Amino acid sequence: MSAALALLKRDVMLAWREGGAIGTALGFYLVVVAIMPFGLGPDLNLLARVAPGMLWVALLLAALLSADRIFHNDYEDGTLDVLAAGPLPLPVVAAIKSLAHWLTTGVPLALMAPMLGLLLNLPLDSIPLLVLAMLAGTPAVSFVAAIGASLTLGLRRSGLLLALLVLPLYVPVLIFGVATASAAIVGPASPWPPFLMLYGLSLASIVLAPIAAAAALRTALR
Amino acid sequence: MIGLANPTRFLSLVDRVVPWLTALTMILLGLGLYLALFVAPPDYQQGETVRIMFIHVPAAWLAMFGYTVIAVAALGTLIWRHPLADVAAKTAAPIGATFTFVALVTGSLWGKPMWGTYWVWDARLTSMLILLLLYLGLIALWQSIEEPGRAGRTAAILALVGAINIPIIKFSVDWWNTLHQPASVFRAGGSTIDASLLTPLFVMAAGFTALFMLLHLLAMRAEILRRRVRALQQTQVERATLAEA
Repeated sequence: MSAALALLKRDVMLAWREGGAIGTALGFYLVVVAIMPFGLGPDLNLLARVAPGMLWVALLLAALLSADRIFHNDYEDGTLDVLAAGPLPLPVVAAIKSLAHWLTTGVPLALMAPMLGLLLNLPLDSIPLLVLAMLAGTPAVSFVAAIGASLTLGLRRSGLLLALLVLPLYVPVLIFGVATASAAIVGPASPWPPFLMLYGLSLASIVLAPIAAAAALRTALR
Repeated sequence: MIGLANPTRFLSLVDRVVPWLTALTMILLGLGLYLALFVAPPDYQQGETVRIMFIHVPAAWLAMFGYTVIAVAALGTLIWRHPLADVAAKTAAPIGATFTFVALVTGSLWGKPMWGTYWVWDARLTSMLILLLLYLGLIALWQSIEEPGRAGRTAAILALVGAINIPIIKFSVDWWNTLHQPASVFRAGGSTIDASLLTPLFVMAAGFTALFMLLHLLAMRAEILRRRVRALQQTQVERATLAEA
């Protein structure tokens, strides 16, 4: 247990101190959302209706572009070999690293969404549910991104390839995430059924994704 | 399966089977097309456009069958380390992707006269589109990794992660309200399609399956020979390097 916590603490502190990683993801999120109205036109009613979907899609893209660093740095300097040979099972290592990615990328992106929602004229009373949905769904985003990161470890163009591989797997998260956020706006449908599905997807990803990620890591380390 | 693990024996089997399989494919497809285009009656509601079904439905079945082949081959690579499993997976991906594309396009062309739209984001169409994206992801992954062993195992993991999509496609018309027609052939209580349309459909499906197997075997033979050429080239380079040293 202490080994797992030590690894988590290490990864979170490395991500915070690297600064550029988190900041770049947030900056990318800001830029993408800011560009949307130029493509869609400034009609505030239209923007309000598409705001939940746009915020979710931009969050997925921002999380994917920073997914590379889940394993990349440790792969490059050999730490991953040490971790693979260490006391923690490799799925646990993958899970801890995914959790660190969620804490340092998923959560900040989810918390920044309300501010960006203002740019898209998101109705204010839907903000709490949007943030709640994103906090519930971003674990799935991070853990599935770790599968992509481990599959494309050390490859050329791994960023684009990772997005190509992982985005189809994100479709359920996107569907239920946007359904939760939109239900609060459009109503009278309750947002809780899609929210629970989203939460269920996150829980399933937390359990199953590290197994696939560990298998892919073992393949890459051989 | 174990007996076929030897590539040479597999190649000799392929050489013996391919002529018969080619003949069988041409007979089944020819018979199927004749039944579909000339013998099957026009539908009482859809008229002649129902004939697209004889291409669209078998193509969709083969699209799912192709991914199942890849998923089983992935198990063969990861669990049993069967030497030809990754060859089977690698070569099945483009064939399956093409069948998926054919299914999507013919379905789209059928949808315009029937539903009034070329596309709708219902569960069946969306999950078939995701199947196409999964196939493309597999092909991209195969092309990105140079070492065949690592490529095979990595693609096998991706194939198994995406395999959840197959039951989702099958049951999508039951679990969600879809514009796409609910299950009419493989359903509890038997098929709801009349035999005059069902028989050409099954003949076309058999023909498509034979076509898949033929293309798959030919592609596997090509891939095995390609790997042999690569190995020979590497041996040549090594020998030349040693001779210089």
